Amino acid sequence: MHIPDGFLATNILASAWAISIGSIGFCLKKTTQILKDKMVPLMGIMSAFIFAAQMINFPVVGGTSGHLFGGVLAAVLLGPYAGAIVITCVLIFQCLIFQDGGLLALGANILNMAIIGTLGGYVIFVVLQKIFGSKKGFIIGAAVASWLSVVVAASFCALELAISGLSPLHIVLPAMAGIHALIGIGEAIITVAALSFIQKVRPDLIYGLVRKTDGI
Amino acid sequence: MSRKEILIGLIIALIVAFFLSPLASSWPDGLERVAHDYGFIAQGEQGSIFKSPIPDYAFPGIGNEKMATAISGLLGTLVIFGIGYGLACLLKKRRDCK
Repeated sequence: MHIPDGFLATNILASAWAISIGSIGFCLKKTTQILKDKMVPLMGIMSAFIFAAQMINFPVVGGTSGHLFGGVLAAVLLGPYAGAIVITCVLIFQCLIFQDGGLLALGANILNMAIIGTLGGYVIFVVLQKIFGSKKGFIIGAAVASWLSVVVAASFCALELAISGLSPLHIVLPAMAGIHALIGIGEAIITVAALSFIQKVRPDLIYGLVRKTDGI
Repeated sequence: MSRKEILIGLIIALIVAFFLSPLASSWPDGLERVAHDYGFIAQGEQGSIFKSPIPDYAFPGIGNEKMATAISGLLGTLVIFGIGYGLACLLKKRRDCK
Protein backbone atom coordinates (compact mmCIF):
# COMPACT_ATOMS: atom_id res chain seq x y z
CA MET A 1 0.00 0.00 0.00
CA HIS A 2 2.75 2.42 -0.96
CA ILE A 3 0.81 5.57 -1.86
CA PRO A 4 2.08 7.23 -5.07
CA ASP A 5 2.23 10.98 -5.59
CA GLY A 6 -0.95 12.47 -6.99
CA PHE A 7 -3.39 10.70 -4.67
CA LEU A 8 -3.37 12.77 -1.49
CA ALA A 9 -4.37 16.38 -0.92
CA THR A 10 -1.74 18.88 0.20
CA ASN A 11 -3.11 19.29 3.71
CA ILE A 12 -2.99 15.51 4.27
CA LEU A 13 0.54 15.28 2.88
CA ALA A 14 1.74 18.11 5.11
CA SER A 15 0.08 16.80 8.28
CA ALA A 16 1.41 13.30 7.63
CA TRP A 17 4.96 14.63 7.20
CA ALA A 18 4.69 16.60 10.44
CA ILE A 19 3.44 13.63 12.48
CA SER A 20 5.95 11.26 10.88
CA ILE A 21 8.99 13.48 11.46
CA GLY A 22 8.00 14.07 15.08
CA SER A 23 7.34 10.37 15.73
CA ILE A 24 10.50 9.11 14.05
CA GLY A 25 12.57 11.67 15.97
CA PHE A 26 11.09 10.25 19.15
CA CYS A 27 11.80 6.68 17.99
CA LEU A 28 15.44 7.53 17.22
CA LYS A 29 15.86 8.96 20.70
CA LYS A 30 14.25 5.94 22.37
CA THR A 31 16.31 3.53 20.27
CA THR A 32 19.61 5.03 21.45
CA GLN A 33 18.45 4.38 25.01
CA ILE A 34 16.94 0.92 24.59
CA LEU A 35 18.76 -0.86 21.76
CA LYS A 36 21.29 -3.35 23.04
CA ASP A 37 24.68 -3.68 21.40
CA LYS A 38 23.99 -7.26 20.39
CA MET A 39 20.89 -6.06 18.51
CA VAL A 40 22.90 -3.72 16.24
CA PRO A 41 23.57 -6.25 13.43
CA LEU A 42 19.99 -7.46 13.72
CA MET A 43 18.79 -4.02 12.60
CA GLY A 44 20.77 -4.52 9.39
CA ILE A 45 19.48 -8.05 8.87
CA MET A 46 15.88 -7.02 9.56
CA SER A 47 16.12 -4.09 7.11
CA ALA A 48 17.53 -6.43 4.47
CA PHE A 49 14.96 -9.15 5.07
CA ILE A 50 11.96 -6.81 5.04
CA PHE A 51 13.18 -5.04 1.91
CA ALA A 52 13.70 -8.39 0.17
CA ALA A 53 10.38 -9.84 1.35
CA GLN A 54 8.48 -6.72 0.25
CA MET A 55 9.56 -7.49 -3.32
CA ILE A 56 7.74 -10.81 -3.21
CA ASN A 57 4.14 -10.15 -4.17
CA PHE A 58 1.94 -13.18 -3.59
CA PRO A 59 -1.43 -13.52 -5.31
CA VAL A 60 -4.40 -13.15 -2.97
CA VAL A 61 -7.60 -13.09 -4.95
CA GLY A 62 -8.96 -12.24 -8.39
CA GLY A 63 -6.02 -10.42 -9.97
CA THR A 64 -4.77 -8.81 -6.77
CA SER A 65 -1.49 -9.39 -5.01
CA GLY A 66 0.06 -8.40 -1.71
CA HIS A 67 3.41 -8.61 0.00
CA LEU A 68 4.82 -8.72 3.51
CA PHE A 69 4.76 -5.43 5.35
CA GLY A 70 6.89 -6.59 8.28
CA GLY A 71 6.03 -3.94 10.87
CA VAL A 72 5.04 -6.32 13.66
CA LEU A 73 7.88 -8.69 12.77
CA ALA A 74 10.42 -5.88 13.14
CA ALA A 75 8.79 -4.49 16.30
CA VAL A 76 8.58 -7.84 18.11
CA LEU A 77 12.16 -8.66 17.20
CA LEU A 78 13.82 -5.26 17.74
CA GLY A 79 11.35 -3.42 19.95
CA PRO A 80 8.75 -0.96 18.66
CA TYR A 81 11.04 2.05 18.24
CA ALA A 82 13.86 0.32 16.37
CA GLY A 83 11.19 -1.57 14.42
CA ALA A 84 9.57 1.67 13.27
CA ILE A 85 12.99 2.98 12.24
CA VAL A 86 13.72 -0.12 10.17
CA ILE A 87 10.38 0.22 8.35
CA THR A 88 11.07 3.93 7.79
CA CYS A 89 14.52 3.19 6.32
CA VAL A 90 13.02 0.62 3.95
CA LEU A 91 10.27 3.06 2.87
CA ILE A 92 12.74 5.90 2.22
CA PHE A 93 15.03 3.56 0.29
CA GLN A 94 12.19 2.15 -1.83
CA CYS A 95 10.91 5.63 -2.60
CA LEU A 96 14.23 7.28 -3.49
CA ILE A 97 15.86 4.43 -5.41
CA PHE A 98 12.99 2.37 -6.82
CA GLN A 99 10.13 4.88 -7.17
CA ASP A 100 8.03 2.65 -4.94
CA GLY A 101 5.71 5.11 -3.20
CA GLY A 102 5.67 8.83 -3.93
CA LEU A 103 8.18 11.32 -2.56
CA LEU A 104 5.53 13.80 -1.42
CA ALA A 105 3.49 10.85 -0.12
CA LEU A 106 6.48 9.42 1.79
CA GLY A 107 5.35 11.13 4.98
CA ALA A 108 1.94 9.46 4.68
CA ASN A 109 3.50 6.08 3.92
CA ILE A 110 5.75 6.39 6.98
CA LEU A 111 2.74 7.42 9.07
CA ASN A 112 0.57 4.50 7.91
CA MET A 113 3.18 1.75 8.02
CA ALA A 114 6.03 2.74 10.34
CA ILE A 115 3.99 4.63 12.93
CA ILE A 116 0.45 3.26 12.91
CA GLY A 117 1.22 -0.21 11.53
CA THR A 118 4.42 -0.88 13.45
CA LEU A 119 3.99 0.97 16.76
CA GLY A 120 0.23 0.30 16.80
CA GLY A 121 0.77 -3.33 15.86
CA TYR A 122 3.26 -3.73 18.68
CA VAL A 123 0.77 -2.40 21.23
CA ILE A 124 -1.74 -5.03 20.07
CA PHE A 125 0.97 -7.70 20.35
CA VAL A 126 1.79 -6.69 23.94
CA VAL A 127 -1.87 -6.67 24.98
CA LEU A 128 -2.46 -10.15 23.50
CA GLN A 129 0.74 -11.48 25.04
CA LYS A 130 -0.48 -10.27 28.43
CA ILE A 131 -3.88 -11.95 27.93
CA PHE A 132 -2.60 -15.31 26.69
CA GLY A 133 0.64 -15.51 28.65
CA SER A 134 4.24 -15.16 27.57
CA LYS A 135 4.66 -18.37 25.53
CA LYS A 136 1.27 -18.92 23.92
CA GLY A 137 0.66 -15.20 23.71
CA PHE A 138 3.87 -14.75 21.76
CA ILE A 139 2.55 -16.69 18.77
CA ILE A 140 -1.12 -15.65 19.09
CA GLY A 141 -0.05 -12.04 19.63
CA ALA A 142 2.30 -12.04 16.64
CA ALA A 143 -0.32 -13.64 14.37
CA VAL A 144 -3.23 -11.40 15.31
CA ALA A 145 -1.20 -8.20 15.65
CA SER A 146 0.51 -8.67 12.27
CA TRP A 147 -2.82 -9.36 10.56
CA LEU A 148 -4.47 -6.40 12.27
CA SER A 149 -1.51 -4.09 11.56
CA VAL A 150 -2.05 -4.54 7.82
CA VAL A 151 -5.80 -3.96 8.07
CA VAL A 152 -5.42 -0.88 10.29
CA ALA A 153 -2.66 0.65 8.16
CA ALA A 154 -4.83 0.10 5.05
CA SER A 155 -7.79 1.69 6.83
CA PHE A 156 -5.75 4.80 7.63
CA CYS A 157 -4.66 4.87 4.00
CA ALA A 158 -8.34 4.71 3.01
CA LEU A 159 -9.17 7.54 5.40
CA GLU A 160 -6.47 9.73 3.83
CA LEU A 161 -7.74 8.89 0.33
CA ALA A 162 -11.29 9.78 1.37
CA ILE A 163 -10.31 13.09 2.98
CA SER A 164 -8.38 13.89 -0.20
CA GLY A 165 -11.65 13.53 -2.08
CA LEU A 166 -10.69 10.52 -4.24
CA SER A 167 -13.51 8.27 -3.14
CA PRO A 168 -16.16 8.41 -0.40
CA LEU A 169 -15.11 6.79 2.88
CA HIS A 170 -18.06 4.37 2.93
CA ILE A 171 -16.73 2.92 -0.31
CA VAL A 172 -12.96 3.10 -0.05
CA LEU A 173 -12.69 2.03 3.60
CA PRO A 174 -14.42 -1.36 3.26
CA ALA A 175 -12.62 -1.92 -0.06
CA MET A 176 -9.16 -1.26 1.41
CA ALA A 177 -9.83 -3.05 4.71
CA GLY A 178 -11.41 -6.00 2.90
CA ILE A 179 -8.61 -6.71 0.46
CA HIS A 180 -5.97 -6.16 3.15
CA ALA A 181 -7.77 -8.55 5.48
CA LEU A 182 -6.81 -11.19 2.89
CA ILE A 183 -3.27 -9.89 2.39
CA GLY A 184 -2.93 -9.83 6.18
CA ILE A 185 -3.29 -13.62 6.30
CA GLY A 186 -0.04 -13.88 4.34
CA GLU A 187 1.46 -11.31 6.70
CA ALA A 188 0.53 -13.39 9.76
CA ILE A 189 1.90 -16.62 8.25
CA ILE A 190 5.27 -15.08 7.32
CA THR A 191 5.55 -13.18 10.63
CA VAL A 192 4.83 -16.27 12.74
CA ALA A 193 7.14 -18.45 10.63
CA ALA A 194 10.03 -15.99 10.90
CA LEU A 195 9.57 -15.39 14.63
CA SER A 196 9.20 -19.13 15.36
CA PHE A 197 12.45 -19.76 13.50
CA ILE A 198 14.33 -17.09 15.47
CA GLN A 199 12.69 -18.28 18.69
CA LYS A 200 14.18 -21.71 18.00
CA VAL A 201 17.72 -20.59 17.22
CA ARG A 202 18.24 -17.37 19.23
CA PRO A 203 15.28 -16.61 21.56
CA ASP A 204 17.52 -14.23 23.52
CA LEU A 205 17.54 -11.87 20.53
CA ILE A 206 13.76 -11.39 20.50
CA TYR A 207 12.80 -8.14 22.22
CA GLY A 208 9.20 -9.31 22.65
CA LEU A 209 10.41 -12.31 24.68
CA VAL A 210 13.20 -10.81 26.79
CA ARG A 211 11.38 -7.52 27.46
CA LYS A 212 9.88 -8.63 30.78
CA THR A 213 13.12 -9.72 32.39
CA ASP A 214 14.68 -6.41 31.39
CA GLY A 215 11.80 -4.41 32.77
CA ILE A 216 11.06 -2.44 29.62
CA MET B 1 25.47 -12.09 17.23
CA SER B 2 28.45 -13.93 15.85
CA ARG B 3 29.83 -13.06 12.46
CA LYS B 4 28.53 -16.40 11.18
CA GLU B 5 24.99 -15.66 12.39
CA ILE B 6 25.02 -12.22 10.80
CA LEU B 7 26.16 -13.77 7.53
CA ILE B 8 23.44 -16.44 7.66
CA GLY B 9 20.77 -13.77 8.27
CA LEU B 10 22.01 -11.67 5.38
CA ILE B 11 22.26 -14.67 3.06
CA ILE B 12 18.64 -15.64 3.80
CA ALA B 13 17.55 -12.12 2.81
CA LEU B 14 19.72 -12.20 -0.33
CA ILE B 15 18.29 -15.57 -1.37
CA VAL B 16 14.74 -14.21 -0.99
CA ALA B 17 15.66 -11.08 -2.96
CA PHE B 18 17.52 -12.78 -5.78
CA PHE B 19 15.69 -16.06 -6.30
CA LEU B 20 12.13 -15.22 -5.25
CA SER B 21 11.71 -11.66 -6.57
CA PRO B 22 11.56 -12.76 -10.25
CA LEU B 23 8.75 -15.15 -9.27
CA ALA B 24 6.67 -12.43 -7.59
CA SER B 25 3.12 -11.90 -8.77
CA SER B 26 2.78 -8.97 -11.17
CA TRP B 27 -0.85 -8.47 -10.30
CA PRO B 28 -1.69 -5.04 -8.82
CA ASP B 29 -1.41 -4.76 -5.04
CA GLY B 30 -4.32 -3.98 -2.73
CA LEU B 31 -4.15 -0.20 -3.09
CA GLU B 32 -3.67 -0.33 -6.88
CA ARG B 33 -6.62 -2.71 -7.16
CA VAL B 34 -8.89 -0.41 -5.13
CA ALA B 35 -7.65 2.69 -7.01
CA HIS B 36 -8.38 0.93 -10.30
CA ASP B 37 -11.80 -0.38 -9.26
CA TYR B 38 -12.97 2.98 -7.93
CA GLY B 39 -11.61 5.07 -10.76
CA PHE B 40 -8.78 7.11 -9.26
CA ILE B 41 -5.73 5.15 -10.46
CA ALA B 42 -4.96 7.73 -13.18
CA GLN B 43 -4.23 10.41 -10.58
CA GLY B 44 -1.31 8.36 -9.31
CA GLU B 45 0.17 7.91 -12.77
CA GLN B 46 0.79 11.55 -13.61
CA GLY B 47 4.47 11.09 -12.88
CA SER B 48 6.40 12.01 -9.80
CA ILE B 49 8.21 15.28 -9.19
CA PHE B 50 11.49 13.39 -9.34
CA LYS B 51 12.86 10.38 -11.14
CA SER B 52 14.49 7.64 -9.12
CA PRO B 53 17.44 5.75 -10.60
CA ILE B 54 15.84 2.26 -10.69
CA PRO B 55 12.08 2.67 -11.21
CA ASP B 56 9.98 -0.45 -10.58
CA TYR B 57 13.00 -2.50 -9.49
CA ALA B 58 14.16 -2.94 -13.09
CA PHE B 59 17.94 -2.61 -12.98
CA PRO B 60 19.00 -0.52 -16.00
CA GLY B 61 20.97 -2.09 -18.82
CA ILE B 62 19.73 -5.63 -18.30
CA GLY B 63 17.53 -6.90 -21.10
CA ASN B 64 16.05 -9.85 -19.26
CA GLU B 65 13.25 -8.45 -17.13
CA LYS B 66 13.43 -11.16 -14.47
CA MET B 67 17.20 -10.85 -14.17
CA ALA B 68 16.87 -7.05 -13.90
CA THR B 69 14.50 -7.54 -10.96
CA ALA B 70 16.75 -10.14 -9.33
CA ILE B 71 19.83 -7.87 -9.59
CA SER B 72 17.86 -4.94 -8.13
CA GLY B 73 16.75 -7.19 -5.29
CA LEU B 74 20.28 -8.46 -4.61
CA LEU B 75 21.98 -5.06 -4.66
CA GLY B 76 19.10 -3.32 -2.88
CA THR B 77 19.18 -5.89 -0.08
CA LEU B 78 22.94 -5.47 0.36
CA VAL B 79 22.67 -1.67 0.48
CA ILE B 80 19.71 -1.59 2.89
CA PHE B 81 21.56 -4.07 5.11
CA GLY B 82 24.41 -1.56 5.27
CA ILE B 83 22.02 1.32 5.95
CA GLY B 84 20.20 -0.51 8.78
CA TYR B 85 23.43 -1.77 10.33
CA GLY B 86 25.17 1.58 9.91
CA LEU B 87 22.30 3.55 11.40
CA ALA B 88 22.16 1.20 14.40
CA CYS B 89 25.92 1.67 14.86
CA LEU B 90 25.50 5.45 14.74
CA LEU B 91 22.66 5.37 17.25
CA LYS B 92 24.69 3.23 19.66
CA LYS B 93 27.83 5.27 18.92
CA ARG B 94 29.76 2.08 18.46
CA ARG B 95 33.14 2.34 16.84
CA ASP B 96 33.83 -1.37 16.52
CA CYS B 97 31.16 -1.85 13.86
CA LYS B 98 32.42 -3.45 10.72
